[in-house]
Amino acid sequence: MTVLDRFYEGDIRALSKVISYVENQQDRYRELLGRLFRQGGHSLRVGLTGPPGAGKSTLVNCLARAFLKQNKKVGVIAVDPTSPFTGGALLGDRVRMNDFPSDGRFYFRSMATRGALGGLAATTDNITVVYDSFGFDVTLIETVGVGQIELDIINTCDVVVVILVPESGDSVQTMKAGLMEIADIFCVNKADREGSDRLIMELRQTLDTRKKIENAWRVPVISTVGIQNKNIDRLIMKLEEFVAFQKESGKFEKHRKTQLKKKIENILQEKISGIILDKMKEFADFDKIITDMYEGKTDPYTLAGELFDRVSR
Amino acid sequence: MAKKIRVLLAKPGLDGHDRGIKVVAAAFRDAGMEVIYTGLRQTPPMIVEAAIQEDVDAIGISILSGAHMTLFPAILEEMKKRGAGDILLFGGGIIPEDDKIALEKMGVARIFTPGAPTEEAIDFLQKAVARKSSDEKIM
Repeated sequence: MTVLDRFYEGDIRALSKVISYVENQQDRYRELLGRLFRQGGHSLRVGLTGPPGAGKSTLVNCLARAFLKQNKKVGVIAVDPTSPFTGGALLGDRVRMNDFPSDGRFYFRSMATRGALGGLAATTDNITVVYDSFGFDVTLIETVGVGQIELDIINTCDVVVVILVPESGDSVQTMKAGLMEIADIFCVNKADREGSDRLIMELRQTLDTRKKIENAWRVPVISTVGIQNKNIDRLIMKLEEFVAFQKESGKFEKHRKTQLKKKIENILQEKISGIILDKMKEFADFDKIITDMYEGKTDPYTLAGELFDRVSR
Repeated sequence: MAKKIRVLLAKPGLDGHDRGIKVVAAAFRDAGMEVIYTGLRQTPPMIVEAAIQEDVDAIGISILSGAHMTLFPAILEEMKKRGAGDILLFGGGIIPEDDKIALEKMGVARIFTPGAPTEEAIDFLQKAVARKSSDEKIM
């Protein structure tokens, strides 16, 4: 019996092995994903992003419990940073994940970014394919603590919740491009702290100044206190409203198609750069070329063109 | 990509002294490993479930409460029950020599006692994980 056979039978250990295989991009991972992809397409992917310490893990915990209560199977992917110096990582999102059922209805996996800079690991999107095919109704994806431009989450989710805290900044911060633009739902967490009303008001004002588009989703701003499980029902309600809106308006399908286009571009890019880097290893004169560049005899712009011609021959 | 060592670190029981395990977590991280830290008050089923979900190579347990002769066997038992006997179990804490020998006989891969340098644990883990091999076919 192969790992995949056991995966199909719902074996949790097999699921974990398949995830590692995909995460480590072992020999036949694309073939494996290809098989899994065709059985998927049913899982709702919910992304949670925001600055470090905003309460993402706590809210993931709250949402997971709420979805479990609805008798849904829930899978979580929580991403934490890999050290650029040592390659190591401390994955600490599990600390807030105690007392979940261990009967297969709940699954939690920590991932390290392994060099990716967009708030997720390069393979996170592929892991959602695995979750989907395993049969989770909901996949919750928690990014690393982000700044303003780690936005990979939009390519991996059906709905993005941006989590902020009262300390997240003033009205000018809320007007900035990047993170503030990707929210389908804003969630001001730790709302029992001073300044939360002000932030909620400023977010609403900023949203009001956006260009009005007819029949567009009105991004809600809700307040939660994660550790007290406060207002989570409202967050769930808004999530459900958003998904229903997307589906009725045809945007759900359109969004997934855009993501698929992006995905195939990424796979192609990965393949092509792999081929190029492999071929470059065969260039016996590569060290000399670098030295020539260093000494100003040639330049990287001209050289890249020449090398590309050599590779594509 | 070279396979990363994944290790789960946990504190079972009611013992709340987590300074030591945090030092070990930081050392493993700095040695290039992916450390999944689960925190305090974990039960053996919670630890083994987490280890399975995270597909770790090893589980590291810190016990300073004196309950090691109860908790280590309980974790080993749970691992066996869940078919996770191939995961390495190691640990550290204030553990008398006789107990250390007994636990290592029982199937705990290694017990570290106070004063053991973190390099020793890193070296142990790297070598032990390298020796592990799986002939499972993925598909």
